[in-house]
Amino acid sequence: MSGYLLITLALAALVMTFVGSARARATQNGASEKTHSRPIYHGLNAAIWTGVPAFIFFLLWLVGQSSVINQLVIASFPGSESLDATAKSLILSEVRQVAAGNIFKEPTPEIQAAVAHLKSLQQLSSVAIIAVVAAAMAIGAFLGYRVIGNRFRARHSVERSVTYFMMFSSLVAIVTTLGIISSLVFEAIQFFSKVPVTEFLFGLRWEPQIAIRADQVAGQGAFGVIPVLFGTFVISGIAMIVAVPTGILSAIYLTEYSDKRFRAVVKPLLEILAGVPTVVYGFFAVLTVAPAVRSLGLSLGIDASPNSALAAGAVMGVMIIPFISSLSDDALASVPRAMREGSYALGATKGETIRKVLLPAALPGIVGGVLLALSRAVGETMIVVMAAGLIAKMTVNPFDAVTTVTVQIVTLLIGDSEFDNPKTLAAFALGLILFIVTLILNLIALRTVRKYREKY
Amino acid sequence: MNIMSEAAVEKALEQKMSDAHFKMVGKDVSVYYGEKRALFDVNLNVRKNTVTALIGPSGCGKSTFLRTLNRMNDTIEGCRVTGSITLDNADVYDQSVDVVELRARVGMVFQKPNPFPKSIYENIAYGPRIHGLARSKADFDEVVENSLQKAGLFNEVKDRLHEPGTGLSGGQQQRLCIARAIAVGPEVILMDEPCSALDPIATAKVEELIHELRTNFTIVIVTHSMQQAARVSQRTAMFHLGNLVEENDTDKMFTNPDDQRTQDYIMGRFG
Repeated sequence: MSGYLLITLALAALVMTFVGSARARATQNGASEKTHSRPIYHGLNAAIWTGVPAFIFFLLWLVGQSSVINQLVIASFPGSESLDATAKSLILSEVRQVAAGNIFKEPTPEIQAAVAHLKSLQQLSSVAIIAVVAAAMAIGAFLGYRVIGNRFRARHSVERSVTYFMMFSSLVAIVTTLGIISSLVFEAIQFFSKVPVTEFLFGLRWEPQIAIRADQVAGQGAFGVIPVLFGTFVISGIAMIVAVPTGILSAIYLTEYSDKRFRAVVKPLLEILAGVPTVVYGFFAVLTVAPAVRSLGLSLGIDASPNSALAAGAVMGVMIIPFISSLSDDALASVPRAMREGSYALGATKGETIRKVLLPAALPGIVGGVLLALSRAVGETMIVVMAAGLIAKMTVNPFDAVTTVTVQIVTLLIGDSEFDNPKTLAAFALGLILFIVTLILNLIALRTVRKYREKY
Repeated sequence: MNIMSEAAVEKALEQKMSDAHFKMVGKDVSVYYGEKRALFDVNLNVRKNTVTALIGPSGCGKSTFLRTLNRMNDTIEGCRVTGSITLDNADVYDQSVDVVELRARVGMVFQKPNPFPKSIYENIAYGPRIHGLARSKADFDEVVENSLQKAGLFNEVKDRLHEPGTGLSGGQQQRLCIARAIAVGPEVILMDEPCSALDPIATAKVEELIHELRTNFTIVIVTHSMQQAARVSQRTAMFHLGNLVEENDTDKMFTNPDDQRTQDYIMGRFG
């Protein structure tokens, strides 16, 4: 039903484009004075006036209708004044299930009455929206058509609308981010009402295996985030040790030394690395790298566990090489040729030019790449789930198993879980911590770059 | 027979001249960019402690010739140089020559000021540092101050040596680049249209500087401005379509040139 409405709306706007420009052309033909806008702008303006207000009404209806209907249904439900929020939502979901035809048991007469009420409201609402949209469309089309004239500044009007549209588009990402943050914060607050913030932030033990039913045998549970964060940093650190030198050196080689044919082959291949699904990297880590790391550890006389930070970190490092190399490559290539020539003309060698002129000038781009890679490493899930381990241990021994924030989030949310249990809610608190940590990393890096950048 | 011997005598004389006065000697220099030939057998000598101006219409090969003198053309892919160029009688294109050493002796200043994105101090100290010309902090301070003094920039920037060189005005940036070239202690300085991006006042300052630098350095300058060539140079060479048309004393060149094309170009009939 809404689909048809939207199609009608789009068609009406399209028709108005042609009608509007045709009328503008007709008016202009007989005009003695010079016209302000070209006919197509008059057409587009008419289309915008026809389509956009009606579309906004439609959006508002989509967003608002179900909650308004819910309010009305519950208000007319007998005895609803004395019910709490949970009971109300239970009744509402039952009413909606019955209305949709999913009947598990014979509904009570009250429910049946409510269902009838709901259905009539829904019908009313759909008729109302058709009427409103049609009216908005008709009024818009009429005004948009009537306003066409030689002196009407249709071009300005259209350009203003386009500006608003662009502004709206740029807001979408921000609003979505705010939504994500608020959902995290909301659940995390629930968690902190069960586990104190200080215990979470400074606790040194992470043992979330608590009983979810009274008759289960389980540990007391401890929610100290430090060991989990520590594991994240160890693995990310290993990944960065692998990826940063490799990525930057390969970028330097590709921009400054390699001949064109080599570059043409290697650069796309490097970027393919970024397209490999992380779960495939996970296989590689757990089946190939982890056993190799283990035998290496054993041959060195170190007690190596089958899952190790080193295996997961090294594979993750390989995964993020393309981010660093590709962005560093772009940054180096965009340093002006004049900088290189200036350095060569002073008798600098290629190496000196790269170290003392190119790298400092390309620093912001390189740091940007490293940062992007670091955020990827901290937030990476699949490789560590498969290869790193589950036990939260505070160790810097790279042959030992560690766990990361993302791994814990996954394990906490898998399986039967209730949403009023600290074990489940802990996942959201972890997510919030992860978010804050990456945010802080970004801020630090931005400040560093601003301080040390050499602007050309 | 008689003519031959006369030519031989002239050649011997020229050889002697080059020993005595010529800092750099270009013989039958041709340059190719891939398939395209940009210079045709140019024979041009650069005299010691003299400002030599290279003039000619755009695309005539004057910048190309300039860049052969310190092998900056090496950095351009597909560029090939034939003929010989000597610096104090040593071939600069010889296998044994280290291009890094050559460029330390033959410095260059570019059309657009290109200070490094570093402080004024570090811009000057860059060359001495990579060539190991200074050790202690005091040495560096001295080199920096000397070079800036010679480039006539010291008084303007002495209070902000540690601010970025890119924050200076265009004219100051260009003099910074000249100071940077001087700091390495070159024998020859090549300038590729050093004033084309500057306003008249900054241009006047740079020209005055070129005039003073002549006592210590040999200078080759490419310029589009005939007046500039007349003002700053003692010798002028006119290029056209990759050929050297005429090389002469600047005074003679601008009053009574030997070649009709030079006359036409200077009078503004083409170019």
